[in-house]
Amino acid sequence: MNEILENTVIAESVNRYVIAAPKIAQRRKAGQFVIVRVDEHGERIPLTIADADPARGTITLVVQAVGKSTAQMATLKPGDSLRDVVGPLGAPTHIERRGTAVVIGGGIGIAPAHPIAQALKAAGNTVISILGARTQALLIMEEEMRRASDEVIVCTDDGTCGLQGFVTHALADLIAQRGKPDFVFAVGPVPMMKYVSLLTKEHGIPTMVSLNPIMVDGTGMCGGCRVTVGSEMKFACVDGPDFDGHLVDFDELIKRQAFYKEQEQLAYQQMQERCQAESLAQATPS
Amino acid sequence: MSDQLDPHEIERLRSLKPKERMQIPRQQMPEQAPDVRRANFREVPHGLPAMTAIVEANRCLACKKPACVEGCPVGIDIPGFVALIVQGDFEGAVRKVKETNMLPAICGRVCPQEAQCEALCVVGKRGDPVAIGRLERFVADWEREHGLVEPPPTGAPTGKSVGVVGSGPAGLTAAIDLRRLGHEVTIYEALHAPGGVLMYGIPEFRLPKSIVSAEVEVVQRMGVQIEYNYVIGQIETVDELLERHDAVFLGTGAGLPWFMNLPGENLNGVYSANEYLTRCNLMRAYEFPYSDTPIAASERVAVIGGGNVAMDVARTAARLGAKEVYLIYRRSEAEMPARIEEIHHAREEGIVFKLLHNPVRYIGDECGRVCQVECIRMELGEPDASGRRRPVPVEGSQFTIDVDTVVVAIGNGPNPLVPKTTAGLDVDARHGTVKTNLETMRTSKRGVFAGGDIAIGAATVILAMGHGRKAARSIDHFLRTGVWDVEKVE
Ligand SMILES: Cc1cc2nc3c(=O)[nH]c(=O)nc-3n(C[C@H](O)[C@H](O)[C@H](O)COP(=O)(O)OP(=O)(O)OC[C@H]3O[C@@H](n4cnc5c(N)ncnc54)[C@H](O)[C@@H]3O)c2cc1C
Ligand SMILES: Cc1cc2nc3c(=O)[nH]c(=O)nc-3n(C[C@H](O)[C@H](O)[C@H](O)COP(=O)(O)OP(=O)(O)OC[C@H]3O[C@@H](n4cnc5c(N)ncnc54)[C@H](O)[C@@H]3O)c2cc1C
Ligand code: SF4
Ligand code: FES
Repeated sequence: MNEILENTVIAESVNRYVIAAPKIAQRRKAGQFVIVRVDEHGERIPLTIADADPARGTITLVVQAVGKSTAQMATLKPGDSLRDVVGPLGAPTHIERRGTAVVIGGGIGIAPAHPIAQALKAAGNTVISILGARTQALLIMEEEMRRASDEVIVCTDDGTCGLQGFVTHALADLIAQRGKPDFVFAVGPVPMMKYVSLLTKEHGIPTMVSLNPIMVDGTGMCGGCRVTVGSEMKFACVDGPDFDGHLVDFDELIKRQAFYKEQEQLAYQQMQERCQAESLAQATPS
Repeated sequence: MSDQLDPHEIERLRSLKPKERMQIPRQQMPEQAPDVRRANFREVPHGLPAMTAIVEANRCLACKKPACVEGCPVGIDIPGFVALIVQGDFEGAVRKVKETNMLPAICGRVCPQEAQCEALCVVGKRGDPVAIGRLERFVADWEREHGLVEPPPTGAPTGKSVGVVGSGPAGLTAAIDLRRLGHEVTIYEALHAPGGVLMYGIPEFRLPKSIVSAEVEVVQRMGVQIEYNYVIGQIETVDELLERHDAVFLGTGAGLPWFMNLPGENLNGVYSANEYLTRCNLMRAYEFPYSDTPIAASERVAVIGGGNVAMDVARTAARLGAKEVYLIYRRSEAEMPARIEEIHHAREEGIVFKLLHNPVRYIGDECGRVCQVECIRMELGEPDASGRRRPVPVEGSQFTIDVDTVVVAIGNGPNPLVPKTTAGLDVDARHGTVKTNLETMRTSKRGVFAGGDIAIGAATVILAMGHGRKAARSIDHFLRTGVWDVEKVE
């Protein structure tokens, strides 16, 4: 059981949780994640460690409510507990001094991008972060990213904040205006990582991406998280989650992520109906 | 299950002559009918009623030199406990079993008795052997159902402490014996539940999880601490455990699933057996959406492999509602490593055996879900390294089977996480196992012991338990003497 110390809404459907996990707070490195089970019947869901405070013994998770487990998590209050938190999992991101590093976070991917930007900067790189969101209301962690980077470029699909357009446009402009960066790290929706990788491949810029396939155990035991990288089978939970973006089979990953769509929607819908019924029952005096 | 004892009948049976005993037929366990059980996850056999157990026990000839004991990897005093059942003294019988085997309710259900004790039983030379496994199960269930389970006494505190990595049968057994010897024990378990394969692998219908939980509770009542969600190699290394503990036992099992490297293996609907079984057993996907973890809804499932794991998957798929379940195995039935009982149960449940077949590739639909498996026919050639005849493909015999789910159950290797993060721990390069002296269960690293599947590759519950016991004795020796380089421990 891990206590939730804070739960704050930071954007539409996006919450930041501060969770007591002293040991994980000490050990985790940038790029690692935890697996959470909300309650006794819960699914095991992987979530990146967005930040940690070893002195306070806490980790920070930034989670978008997209389905049953993440929506249920959003209803928890400080003082409530998560049934299970296991981590740190995955291999830490390989951090070295390369010169100029561009860190790209798309949507909820800004949360996992944050510790990477921090670590790259601490290693002596000049960090330019590109943050992408559909619209301003969905943009998260801009302040934190500014602190972790030398420069931040914001873009939104609808132009409500920063440049209008996709992160790939911002990256292409950056390359055109200022030349090639030495390294790119991208995390976010799979199509975004795919198009970033295509672009950087053209320019020959080394690029790492952080993959998020469906996972179960997170220790290399089930193989559910397997991805194809350079025509080899890899288990993202132990061999990754970071891989060379120029070698990843993104189309396969997109299909694998969608495998349980119908069942997930059913579970989410039933939960919403149950919640509605409960609040109705509470509203009607018996 | 009937508990009623009939004293007259007990006396009559006891007075039988050996010849008459030999005439008693092997007693069967009542079980759920195949068409009924195919639709539920409850345990298949119900266990022997008390009087039936006594009848079965009377088939034993109480041999002076009991061959059966030789066949038992841990050497249970089989005629001893069977004789107590004959007298109706079930409590005495279970005590006797537990002198050597702390987890009889589990072993009675999952041990391959037909290849161990029962294979050597003298009665079996001329008929069916004594049903030793069923009797073992009976006494263990009787004890639990009567609330008589008592944790064994713990030894006087030694002030030493041992870290056990993994809560499978190897780790649990080592923990129990170490507590008996007075050492402090903490188990570190990667998952959120204990038991290893007993919990996440072997299905409910073969080993109810309540039984595994009951055994784990005993371990905890003995004062063993269990830290869940604790992945050694990530949160801490073995070297860090050695700073806190006087010795470490590795019981991390063989949990790394093998694939065959076939085209289409990453299509949706293609699972490893570990994933399929974990979703179903540990995460209870069969109760979805009451439990949150989904599993593929399937009509036609192909299971690749011929061992216990493949049988468990096939029977699980049937229970999850698949109409057709094919078991695709590259050799013939005679070479199947699965237990006879499992093969028999699978057949009864309508699993279709495609023997001497091997998959060559998987074909997907436009959404990326598997829709066909292409197979090739095989024939048996010369014996290979395992002594079994090597299957060779029949040129040009490819054909396809329509499926919507495939489960690859061709075996597992040890997970490299701990070996990779532990300096000075020698690993067998070919098998990935931790090099372990099987007399002393000691590894190449001072203070680190290993046992179970991590030491010998995927094997059996009883071997893992045997290793756990041996390791506990060896650890005790090390903690008392401080001597590491020994050839044998007594
Ligand atoms: C390494 C990694 C790090 C991640 N970090 C974050 C993060 O920091 N913040 C965040 O909001 N999300 C993160 N995710 C995604 C998050 O795990 C999923 O959104 C979550 O599991 C959805 O669960 P649900 O029940 O709410 O939704 P569901 O309705 O069950 O699923 C919605 C979608 O989420 C994905 N998903 C479902 N179950 C799993 C699973 N067991 N494992 C992985 N993906 C799944 C599927 O693509 C699915 O279509 C990460 C995923 C991975 C693999
Ligand atoms: C589906 C299936 C059916 C089987 N059926 C039978 C049968 O009928 N009869 C039989 O005798 N045998 C059977 N077996 C084999 C038997 O289950 C195994 O041989 C036995 O469980 C091995 O025990 P173990 O303690 O070595 O490892 P496991 O049972 O594998 O337990 C290892 C434990 O260690 C944990 N662990 C791993 N890595 C770490 C880490 N880094 N940190 C912390 N914890 C870790 C794992 O989570 C797990 O809980 C079956 C196996 C499977 C998969
Ligand atoms: S070999 Fe068979 S008959 Fe002899 S003691 Fe063992 S169980 Fe009894
Ligand atoms: S999540 Fe199971 S192997 Fe990666």
